[in-house]
Amino acid sequence: MAINIIKEKCIGCGQCFPVCPADAFEFEAYDGNKLGKVAKINAKCTFCNQCLTACKFGAIEEKKIESAVDLSDYKDVWVFAEQRDGKLMNVALELIGEGYRLAKEISEDTKVCAVLVGDGIDHLAQECYEYGAERVIMIQDPLLKNFTTDAYTKVIVDAVEEYKPELVIYGATHIGRDLAPRVAARLNTGLTADCTRLDIKVSSYIDYAKNNTTLDTSTLDPNDPSTGIKQTRPAFGGNLMATIVCPRTRPQMSTVRPGVMQKRDRVEGAKGELVEYKPNIAESDIRTKIVEIVKSAKEMVSLTDADIICSGGRGLGDPSGFELIKEFADKVGGVVGSSRAAVDAGWIDHSHQVGQTGTTVKPKIYFACGISGAIQHLAGMQTSDIIVAINKDSDAPIFEVADFGIVGDLYKVIPEIIAEWDNAEALYDATTK
Amino acid sequence: MAFKIIVCAKQVPDTNEIRINPETGTLIRDGVPSILNHDDANALEEALKIKDKFDDVHITVITMGPPQAKDLLIECLAMGADEGILVSDRAVGGSDTWATSNVLAAAVHKVGDYDLLFAGRQAIDGDTAQVGPQLAEKMDVPQVTYVQKFEIADNMKDIRVERALEDGYEVIDIQTPCMLTAIKELNTPRYMYMKGIFNPDKDIKVWNAKDIEVDLTTVGLEASPTNVFRSFTPKPKGKGVVVEGDTDKDLAKNLLIGLKGKHVI
Repeated sequence: MAINIIKEKCIGCGQCFPVCPADAFEFEAYDGNKLGKVAKINAKCTFCNQCLTACKFGAIEEKKIESAVDLSDYKDVWVFAEQRDGKLMNVALELIGEGYRLAKEISEDTKVCAVLVGDGIDHLAQECYEYGAERVIMIQDPLLKNFTTDAYTKVIVDAVEEYKPELVIYGATHIGRDLAPRVAARLNTGLTADCTRLDIKVSSYIDYAKNNTTLDTSTLDPNDPSTGIKQTRPAFGGNLMATIVCPRTRPQMSTVRPGVMQKRDRVEGAKGELVEYKPNIAESDIRTKIVEIVKSAKEMVSLTDADIICSGGRGLGDPSGFELIKEFADKVGGVVGSSRAAVDAGWIDHSHQVGQTGTTVKPKIYFACGISGAIQHLAGMQTSDIIVAINKDSDAPIFEVADFGIVGDLYKVIPEIIAEWDNAEALYDATTK
Repeated sequence: MAFKIIVCAKQVPDTNEIRINPETGTLIRDGVPSILNHDDANALEEALKIKDKFDDVHITVITMGPPQAKDLLIECLAMGADEGILVSDRAVGGSDTWATSNVLAAAVHKVGDYDLLFAGRQAIDGDTAQVGPQLAEKMDVPQVTYVQKFEIADNMKDIRVERALEDGYEVIDIQTPCMLTAIKELNTPRYMYMKGIFNPDKDIKVWNAKDIEVDLTTVGLEASPTNVFRSFTPKPKGKGVVVEGDTDKDLAKNLLIGLKGKHVI
């Protein structure tokens, strides 16, 4: 959807120029108005659409491109239900929940289908039903036991071509982000990476945008009947959010960041429809050989499931600061997180990293200790219920998102919080009496 | 015959330096330096390490972008690459990852034979990690993404890599020709050194869409399956309270009272 300037409406005032992040506006001569010039879009345009609402005179419009294929042949929402070692990944359950919501936004009779690929994984179908899947497409073969790009791409492409889903969503894991682009390229369809929000109805998108963004929604029609997916994702290190559509090809495909979508409540004994899909796969299709899979001996940090996270950053000063953070986390029943700066400094393992390039978290309480609040960190934690920032520098950007800010020395304040933690109720009661 | 490596690289704005204009809610890109994308630097470094170790290795860096992306190729040549190719054409502007992979595939075809395609896992401006696998698909070669360790046998054919997973890694064997994408754990990129003798006019080629003979119906904005619908800046969260207190103990107590008041503890 390119931008078009309606010359007859443009008065040549240049008010739209500062709105463009890419500096893509310039003037061209035009003898149809008083100033003798109109705005023109140059090659720097990144098609971000931020200028759509910038013109008071209605001279900026979207140029739509028509679809060449019949989109109505495609139906249902598929979730790639990623499993490793016969266990479903958490994100698979989250996406079944999200897929269910999206399917029902499309229409009552649109189904959410979990696609299970592996070997000896019959038992996983029931778990998918219990978390909301209405249908399971089961694809099993000894050659599919472990993920390989070649084998998984082939069987998923074959299944998509046979059943024609309207939308396929994958977890943005190291496997999903390897597989999905390959599948999309083979099917010559669109794929949007690492989404944090999905909407079907324009009205839902407007509600989301009004509550969470600076987007001017006046150009959107809440009664728009289209059921194409609107995929919202961070770009530029979380500085910019973009909503991406896939208007002309099917299936639409997204990878979705783990930890962002909601699982449905588990319904024990729920039933669904099982479709066994016989894969057509041979050893010669697989051009890589897995020699071994090594699980890291280090403790798995379950940041996405934690209710409380105590994170440390460069403000700790040295790696031993994480000893205090660990003591703090142990006291409050939380887990240890970190900023990218602390990981880059080699103070703590990457598995603890919260942020755009680490893990996205939304705990009940996020303690940011000695973290300045670089935008890529904020992108990974700003939806936490409560954010507490402890930092010496009162100008640190972390205070812009904190619910509670303490300007002070974390090495002095945290031991006091640890000491008083168990007294919180008594302290609170004392203030309300 | 020379062992030929093609490294795909991208010039990106240093996203750490980007700020948002609080009044207009738009990105401030003035003065933001353009850099060689981090993961791509790791890909180039690994290619250079192969060149250090073996004789007769030739490295071509391909980038797609505006004319000023030539600066990136100069940097790559100064690090030790042999040749740089910039694909630059308005016709490819607005390409999404699918269309970009079509452009790069056409450029790789034009370069000709190769043994190894190397790229960074993802670029810091888009963070999609899609172009590498999509290029591999267009070239019909196998891929390994998230490569954190790389070894090639003396036969220059058998490669063993470690592919990072969230909770460990896989050891994978693959043979040339293939596509690999690098992450920062793979190596530490070297600095530029000027003793590498190169002539930007001779060693850097600028190709347009016609030069690479790409099908124009598969590139650019209108051919891209995905389009931007809207873009915006995130809403800043409402500013919270600064906890008061004369001593560290008072600060701690007042924080706990506040948390209790929010019913989160």
